[in-house]
Amino acid sequence: MAESPQPRRNFEAPQGMWIRCAKCTQMIYRRILEENLNVCPDCDHHYRVDARTRIAQLNDPDTFEEFLAGLESTDPLEFTDRIPYKQRLQKVKSDSGETEAIIVGKGFIKGRPVILGAMNPDFIMGSMGAVVGEKVTAAAERAADENLPLVMVTASGGARMMEGMVSLVQMAKTSAAIARLDDAGGLYIVVMSDPTTAGVAASFAFLGDVIIAEPGAMIGFAGARVIANTIKATLPEGFQRAEFMLEHGFVDRVVHRKDLRSEIARIIDYCGK
Amino acid sequence: MSAQPNGSAGGGMPYLLEFEKPLSKMELEIQRLEATQAETGRDYSEVIGGIREQLTSALKQTYAKLTPWENVQVARHPKRPLLRDYIRMMCTDFTELHGDRLYGDDRALVCGFAKIAGTRVMLVGHQKGRDTRERLECNFGCAHPEGYRKALQKMQLAAKFGLPVVCLIDTPGAYPGVEAEERGIASAIAVNLLELSRLKTPMVACVIGEGGSGGALGIAVADHVAVMEHSYYSVISPEGCAAILWKSGEHAAKAAHALRLSPRELLRLNLIDSIVDEPLGGAHRDPDGAARNLSAWVDRSLREVRRMKIDALMKRRYDRLRALGSFVTESKPERPRSRRSSKAVTEAAAS
Ligand SMILES: [Zn+2]
Repeated sequence: MAESPQPRRNFEAPQGMWIRCAKCTQMIYRRILEENLNVCPDCDHHYRVDARTRIAQLNDPDTFEEFLAGLESTDPLEFTDRIPYKQRLQKVKSDSGETEAIIVGKGFIKGRPVILGAMNPDFIMGSMGAVVGEKVTAAAERAADENLPLVMVTASGGARMMEGMVSLVQMAKTSAAIARLDDAGGLYIVVMSDPTTAGVAASFAFLGDVIIAEPGAMIGFAGARVIANTIKATLPEGFQRAEFMLEHGFVDRVVHRKDLRSEIARIIDYCGK
Repeated sequence: MSAQPNGSAGGGMPYLLEFEKPLSKMELEIQRLEATQAETGRDYSEVIGGIREQLTSALKQTYAKLTPWENVQVARHPKRPLLRDYIRMMCTDFTELHGDRLYGDDRALVCGFAKIAGTRVMLVGHQKGRDTRERLECNFGCAHPEGYRKALQKMQLAAKFGLPVVCLIDTPGAYPGVEAEERGIASAIAVNLLELSRLKTPMVACVIGEGGSGGALGIAVADHVAVMEHSYYSVISPEGCAAILWKSGEHAAKAAHALRLSPRELLRLNLIDSIVDEPLGGAHRDPDGAARNLSAWVDRSLREVRRMKIDALMKRRYDRLRALGSFVTESKPERPRSRRSSKAVTEAAAS
């Protein structure tokens, strides 16, 4: 679930020339961090990146054709909490310059054509409402129709509660589309980045033929706080991290961001796609 | 996403719901008069009849204008019939199948061959537990990964032998715990959603109490989805939603309203296919009546989906899932604004 509705600034750090690393506290020159794919050069901490940066990092330069870029929620519930959902959306849009929590399109990874999707972890926590559901579904259908691999980079706190049950059913809708891709013999590669949890984890994220995770990414279903409250105990070290999921058999590989392109390309080649 | 088990019926919840107190006075009065009548042999039938009439009209009035939050409380009523009650009341046979073949038997998710309204089916549903011991055994209806995997295994068994599947949903949510995460609860639910979307047998599902988020959806992909009149189906518990958006669980009533989790709203949004009526005053006032209605719904909905050839049904299932919750509009895309030069990043990545 989207636990933090306020859009947070990117990079978990203030905008400026220098950034103090959130993990190792070293000072990093912003430009160096960006050139290093937003991974700390000192401690390898993988910072969250927005969808457009992610696509720039993964996709061959100037080959990405976005589709369904203008899709927006109609706010079917006319949802209002302390502020109306419409207003919240408007603010996130103008803060981020993006229309929704995901970008999908056709691109190339090391020359291999793919349908590629990437999520915006800061867009209402990267939560899935009708638009994210529709775009993931359309991407999977297009991958099936064009016999292209589908590559999804997930970063989401789960279903978008401001769309109520409309958001929950997106889990079923996207999973059905992945089933259809599977029936068509399509290849589906998932890259789980920080965070991949709740309704997105429990639908299209955990359905990859091959599931890759970035180091340290938070991956799981229930929120850590909810679990801690239930068991009335502190959670084990590294709980719900990528390495924990690898150890328990739910992730195939934990891959450093700098190696993602070559790893994805290699998997595509193995699967003959 | 998932609700806490203590959000379910039981624990500190009062036996009487606040809005039911005036009704209960009349119900108690009727009971008292009936007892006296039996004891003394005096005839109070006229008085009793009068109170009954009053009670009926009060029930009608109260239940006609239940708020979404009150409806949630009815769905969690400690006397509300549970899965095993319905099995007892409406199945002429039930042959439970426990094995998930992987880890262990999850008591929160019950599966088995069943005969309902003369039809052989595979019945799958959540059991919350009635008394404290059973509730703990069932984790208050919060299933673990093994429960979802058992459910899928049994539904695939049903498909192999051409049995239709009936799913009855009643859970606050999947179990939020360390072991559930270690055994891949997200993966288990995801796999169910994928496999149920292409499971080659007719499937119907009904929420009989609480439809708590992913834990409910994990067995609720079907060709006909219903919700009982005083049940709810929601992406998050009203308390959970209030805690996050209003920063306090006390705003649960507001959250319940905002989430549009009541059957009528869900029907209006085309998220469900039908509402199963409950006896006046809720299923807990007349469990047998509720079971009759549920049984009739199973019969009706199964007839509807079994009329179709399986290939047509599978196409229909995909088309229905595809159209679910498509509340989107396409505006003219503005050129995405780049907040900073991503050129350096692109160059680095292209190497
Ligand atoms: Zn660092």
